[in-house]
Parts: sequence; C-alpha cells; structure tokens
Amino acid sequence: MDRTDDESRGTPVGRRVVLGLLGLGAAGVAAGPYLQRAESALAERDPIGLSGLLPGNNGFRYYSVVTSVPERTEADYTLTVDGLVERPGTHRLADLRAMPQRRLVKDVQCVTGWRVPDTPFEGVPLAHLLDAAGVRPGAKAVRFSCFDGAYTESLTLEQARRDDVLVALRMRDDAISHSHGGPVRLYVAPMYFYKSAKWLSGITVTGAVEPGYWERNGYDVDAWVGRSNGRDDAPTS
Amino acid sequence: MRRRADLVLRFSRAERWVHRTTAALMGVCLATAACLYVAPLAELVGNRPLVVTVHVWCGLALPVPLLLGLAFRDLRADFVRLSRFTAVDRQWLRAVRGRAAHRPAGKFNAGQKLYAQWTLGAILVIVGTGLLMWLTHLAPASWRTGATFVHDWLAAAIAVVVAGHVRMAWRDREARLGMRTGLVERRWAEREHPHWRAAEPE
Repeated sequence: MDRTDDESRGTPVGRRVVLGLLGLGAAGVAAGPYLQRAESALAERDPIGLSGLLPGNNGFRYYSVVTSVPERTEADYTLTVDGLVERPGTHRLADLRAMPQRRLVKDVQCVTGWRVPDTPFEGVPLAHLLDAAGVRPGAKAVRFSCFDGAYTESLTLEQARRDDVLVALRMRDDAISHSHGGPVRLYVAPMYFYKSAKWLSGITVTGAVEPGYWERNGYDVDAWVGRSNGRDDAPTS
Repeated sequence: MRRRADLVLRFSRAERWVHRTTAALMGVCLATAACLYVAPLAELVGNRPLVVTVHVWCGLALPVPLLLGLAFRDLRADFVRLSRFTAVDRQWLRAVRGRAAHRPAGKFNAGQKLYAQWTLGAILVIVGTGLLMWLTHLAPASWRTGATFVHDWLAAAIAVVVAGHVRMAWRDREARLGMRTGLVERRWAEREHPHWRAAEPE
C-alpha cells in the first residue's frame, strides 16, 4: 500500500511557493519600470562593465532579420542614390567622408524598451545627399535598402530633410562595426531605433511612403520616440 | 544488467512523457532565448523573426504537457505528494543543512519538492510575462516594460536552476534510469527514499 495518505496531509508548502512566485512576478511587473531605470543608472556608473552581463542589461542588442550579413569594406562598399532625382549616383566611403559631416550626441531608444544614453553619431546629413542628387517635383518619400538583402525602411521627404537625420559613418566616435550596421547606417535621432536601418546601401526617392520591414510586421511608420508604438518614453531629439 | 525482480515502478508512462516534452520545450525556449539576447550567439544565428516565432510557440506550449498529464491518476498522486511538506521533509532539510548522511524522504525528498514547486510557479510567471510582451495591445506600455524586466531576470534564474537539475541527474545514474525507463532498483529506492513504499512493476 502506498503512503499517499500520509503525504497528502502535510503543510501545503507547494501552494505557498507557487502563489509566492506569482505575487513576486506581479510585483516585479508593477515595479519593473523603476527597477529597470535603477539598473540602467547603475550600469552607467559601472567602471568595469560587469553590469553588461546582467539580464535586461542596458546596451545595444544585435537584431538581424537574416541568417548572415555580408561584410562590406572600404574596397567594395557603395551607397546608391536613385529614384525621383535629377542626378542618380553611387558614392563610395571616401566620397561620403569628403562631404560635410555633422556630429549628434543623443539617447538611443529601442521600441523593445532598452535605451542607451548619450551616444555620439557622426555622418553626412541626409538632406545634403538629397540636395546633391536634386529631388524632382512630385517626390514625397524616401525608401532605404540594406545590403543584408532583406531590410528596408522609409521616411517622408519632410522627415528625411530634418537636420537630425544622418547617413552615419561613425558611432561612439569610431568607425561603425559590422555588428552595429557598419560601415554605413542610417541614424534617425527622433525615432525608435528600428528606423535607423543598419548596413545602408540604397536611398531611393519615391512618390509615396512604402512601409519598411518592421512596419509590415505591425510597427508604426511614423516612429517618433514617445509618441508612437503605444509607448511613452522621453523624446530623444 | 538490472533484474526485473529487483525493480520497482517510480514513474508511469504518462509522467515520463510529461517530463520529456516539458524538458524539450524548456530546452528550446532557453536555447532560442540565448540566440535572442546573448550578443555573440545573436550575431551567429540572426534570423530574428524565425527565432522569435519558435520561442513564442514553444513558450505557449510549455504548460500544455502538464495540463494534459493531469488526466492521469499517477500524475495527480505525485502532484499531491510534491505539493505538501511532512515531518520527514523538515528532517531532510535539517539533515542537508547539518550535512548529515541520513536524509529521510518519501517518494520525493524536500529538495525535489521545492524544485517541482519552483518549476510550476516559474512556468506560470514566465508564460504570463511572455504573453504581456507578445500581445502588446493587451496592456499599457509600462506593463510591457515591467513584464520584460521580470521575463529577463526570471529566464536567467530558470537557466541556473535547470543547470542544477541536470547536474543532479548527471550524478545519479539510477535516478536518470528511473525517469527514462520508469523503473528503479529496490535497493536504491530504499536508500534514497526510505519512506516511499513503491508499487511492483506491472
């Protein structure tokens, strides 16, 4: 005969453990935004970078929608500007470096919640590239393509001409590494970071906004930080 | 070679399948989570939308084997055993703290009970916070930030505890055989679980 009878009469520790965990979980969800901020503040002052190993750590995370992204270097990188422009063209890295540069230092905010404070980006204002190509009448928007072969993004022409939108060549005062979308990525300071397309290879001026990769997956096209995607983060620019 | 006459039934077929499928789902969840959040792995694997889809559906399926298993009497009986602490369990905990050799236990010792209870609670919380992250229209954005925070930390805790669970199993071949075949040696059962009176294999 089994002793289930004995064992079924003890203290209901199981119920307490499970309910305790559920309670802790609920408290964690409620307090999470504050705890997350505290963790980020701690990470900012952390001299040894150990906090980068913590779960939910503050810092850039690598998102790619394809299996592998080819590497482009000084030798084979090109940026094409075409579509509704007077002078379509192709720029190499050296050409881009020879253009006027602007350096911006602002927070980076991802739509999934992480935020990296005071990150320097430097590059050619997108407006300069558009002016150099000569936007034709009737143009309303800009589509960006990437040499990962899958990612696309878009901005209205008005958004694209803002002075805080760059074709970035440098990030954190260094060349942009491959995993951060180098050698050239878009930087749209006032919007959630998915708008800042990595591995930028093409700028096409179009007659209407064509939703990009994440936008076809449900994210907002006009991705202003704090005013879209149901979020209320502090604006970045 | 183990002789059938010396063996006793520890886990029924239903219990073994619940364990196996839950373990597989949890393994896939942990592996895909690592591919999403450990930077070098994320760079190696890429394919974020596919990895997210696998993670979400394995996560949603995580409680299903256990729920289906509740249809079986053996599993319900063990569910009751695991959920309650008796005097024997308090002795076991004292013995562990005092590093004593004699650690009395019923079919499950107090450590195994705590592990099972933690697992049930952790699965409920991780699935709940995962749902808040997945169904973004379900709750306000601040909830999602909180849920993400809990999900990340709890996932790390689960990974550590699961590693401990695997390590304990690694060190006890008979316990592993018990979960694989359902049968354990009577001598092992008498030594490890002296207060358990096991049924004969059918």
